[in-house]
Amino acid sequence: MNLKALTKIKNVFNKSFAHGIHPREYKDITASLPIRRLPFAPRLYIPLNQNIGSPSEAMVSPGQEVLRGQPIAKAGGYLSVALHAPATGLIEDIRLMPSAKGPKVKTIVLKVYEADSQHVVYNNPCDPARMSSSELLQAIQDCGLVGLGGATFPTHAKLHIPRGHQVDTLVVNGCECEPYLTTDHRVMLEQPQQLINGIRIAMKAAGATQAIIGVEDNKLDAIERLRSLLREDDSIRVQAVKTKYPQGAERLLIKALTGRIVPSGGHSHDVGICSNNVGTLAQLGVLLPQGQGLIERVVTIAGPEVERPGNYIIPIGTPLRFVLQQVGVKSQTQEVILGGPMMGDAVSSLDTPVTKGVSGILVFGESNVAAESRQTFPCIKCGQCVKACPMHLNPAQLSMLAEKRDYITMEQRFHLKNCFECGCCAFVCPAGIPLVQYLRIAKAINRESQLKVA
Amino acid sequence: MNTLTAQAAPHTHGANSVSRIMLIVILTLVPATGWGVYQFGWPALNVLVLCVASALLAEAACLRLANKPVGLFLKDGSAILTAWLLAMTLPPWTPWWIAVFGGTFAIVVGKQIFGGIGQNVFNPAMLARVALLVSFPMEMTFWVEPKPLFSAGAPNFMEGLAITFLGVPSLDSVSSASIIGHVKTGFTQGHSVADSLASGQFDIFAQGLGTVAGSMGETSALLIGLGGLVLLALRIITWHIPVAMLGTVALLATLCNLIAPELYPNALFHLLSGGLMLGAFFIATDLVTSPSTRVGQLIFGAGCGALVFVIRSWGSFPEGVGFAVLLMNAATPLIDHYVRPRIYGRNRKGEPLAIKENNERGAS
Repeated sequence: MNLKALTKIKNVFNKSFAHGIHPREYKDITASLPIRRLPFAPRLYIPLNQNIGSPSEAMVSPGQEVLRGQPIAKAGGYLSVALHAPATGLIEDIRLMPSAKGPKVKTIVLKVYEADSQHVVYNNPCDPARMSSSELLQAIQDCGLVGLGGATFPTHAKLHIPRGHQVDTLVVNGCECEPYLTTDHRVMLEQPQQLINGIRIAMKAAGATQAIIGVEDNKLDAIERLRSLLREDDSIRVQAVKTKYPQGAERLLIKALTGRIVPSGGHSHDVGICSNNVGTLAQLGVLLPQGQGLIERVVTIAGPEVERPGNYIIPIGTPLRFVLQQVGVKSQTQEVILGGPMMGDAVSSLDTPVTKGVSGILVFGESNVAAESRQTFPCIKCGQCVKACPMHLNPAQLSMLAEKRDYITMEQRFHLKNCFECGCCAFVCPAGIPLVQYLRIAKAINRESQLKVA
Repeated sequence: MNTLTAQAAPHTHGANSVSRIMLIVILTLVPATGWGVYQFGWPALNVLVLCVASALLAEAACLRLANKPVGLFLKDGSAILTAWLLAMTLPPWTPWWIAVFGGTFAIVVGKQIFGGIGQNVFNPAMLARVALLVSFPMEMTFWVEPKPLFSAGAPNFMEGLAITFLGVPSLDSVSSASIIGHVKTGFTQGHSVADSLASGQFDIFAQGLGTVAGSMGETSALLIGLGGLVLLALRIITWHIPVAMLGTVALLATLCNLIAPELYPNALFHLLSGGLMLGAFFIATDLVTSPSTRVGQLIFGAGCGALVFVIRSWGSFPEGVGFAVLLMNAATPLIDHYVRPRIYGRNRKGEPLAIKENNERGAS
């Protein structure tokens, strides 16, 4: 019997959560390619709000020259982070530019000095071993770190455990359950030591005594690589979990790894857990000791219309148009998605820049767009969505209420707020009903009407 | 580069579709249907064709009246499946107007009046079958001994057409009782089950394979069961309803058989006779009219099974699958209302799990 079949049998016993789906992975194309570096675009566009929370505040003005790595914006509140110049150059303007989410946002335009060496000269080294938890959190905020898995929640806020709570376990998310994406996979393979350093810093900052790295069992090479760098009795261990979407959703991974269930409306620290993505912690391991800011990130570029797919280090602020010129795209390009195909946003303009939260750039052609906008049938109550929903909601029932615009009932009686928009329901629906889209709209409308009341 | 399209996530989709589901269900019915046609000859095929054709016509007419896209909805295959299931439960030599009335009734009253696909409360095929049984009890309980195609004494194609359209020439020469009706009649006449089974020649193998009198597509428990297993393997249905339904019937039959063997036949008799196998795998599992949660499906299946047994044992009709499924269909909205899945982070009542103010996990 060959090894692959044996591993498959063994994988049946790996930890997981109930429900979920198995979309085709499309990862093999990029998973085996080493990370490469893209050149600088002539102009970089750095939006001031790249994270969940409040936008950063610009500290530079047009006409000013900046060095690569120099802070150009400071945190605009607690739930905000600093921004750093991704290249040495001249600040040309601060103006409104398109963003992936839709509305135009305030953006710093940086003209890159192409003849410059682009060596990072701006740094402020420190020794994490000698720093207290609060000093670490401040330093992390100064690094401009946010959740690089796509959530863009400021990392210092995530590692900050409120008074009265105690955290024993740091869950490190290396699942990367979205199809196509392999950035976390490559980071685990190529920067394992940096990742482990980052985990130790994060454990100290959060006060956790142990860390579990959860990795889907389609990345066994990454699991082995990390295990080879850890002691037998290490406070960090690596745990294989089943390859299943959305394994990388925080609450589901916590359930799979520790068996603990985060209460609805609560936080992971309510069950003694703090969680972070491997990409984020690998950057933490590099940036914090050197006292540098986050100025570039690893992005998977893939999809049927990309000529040279792979994982690339891209400076923050590089416009998509430039990225796609570099990797080459075929002429039938119809849709460009930032993130994975299950939860990513399609952009309406190629002037949209790569930001801290962009884990993937996927380029699809006509056939995919046609398949997305296919004919919708009435619900045949097959229950596929109920079987797929990882939160155990009933998406069919919710969508019927959404069609009736009964958003209040959806929230009060059918727990709409527990939906985190993973898209499993819409993926499996044989009738082609845009289930998660309905729920997303309902959630947005409820949010807005509650804001009005408040 | 063309202009960009920006659609909302997800940007990828499973390969499943309504017509794929319907097509697979029909394909899994083909072996049992083919066997029925082979066993009962050309008239059985006529019944199938008439049912499907009338259902499609009725569907097209209703869609046109409702101003819905006719071609699109005809292609989903649901009308064909409904008619196919109905045909399988009809006596194979039934006259043409039974088939046509049944196919039309199933679509118009069973499905389109409720608003078309996905909206019906009751299983359309079973609704039509029960309506036919109540309205035309003579025609609906007219069974023939199997006369395999091309065997001696079997009607040829033209004779088959004559049987379907002009009626059976001499009723007594061909009519037979289905085993389940035989036992029922014997029961009302005071014969014990053992006597009836002996005189009716209950043979497990004949009953399981389907070389006996019965509805066109219900006789071969084996082929129906195989089709059902394919549906399970392809995850079109889950095990919950069939297992609960067959299990409940078997359990009740075994219990009663142990208490009073002269009054109640054993579990095997129940499982292999009548429409139970077809009902458990193909009819009760109808996606539209069964509950959507697993626990709900177990309750639904058990309810169907219990009703089948009650009707078969103490009701006035020999067969109860149709009634049982319809009664449980009526209970489906209720089951779906009360049986809800437990949501992540909430308790069974739907309240959020308690948040511990001072968790001491880290300290301990």
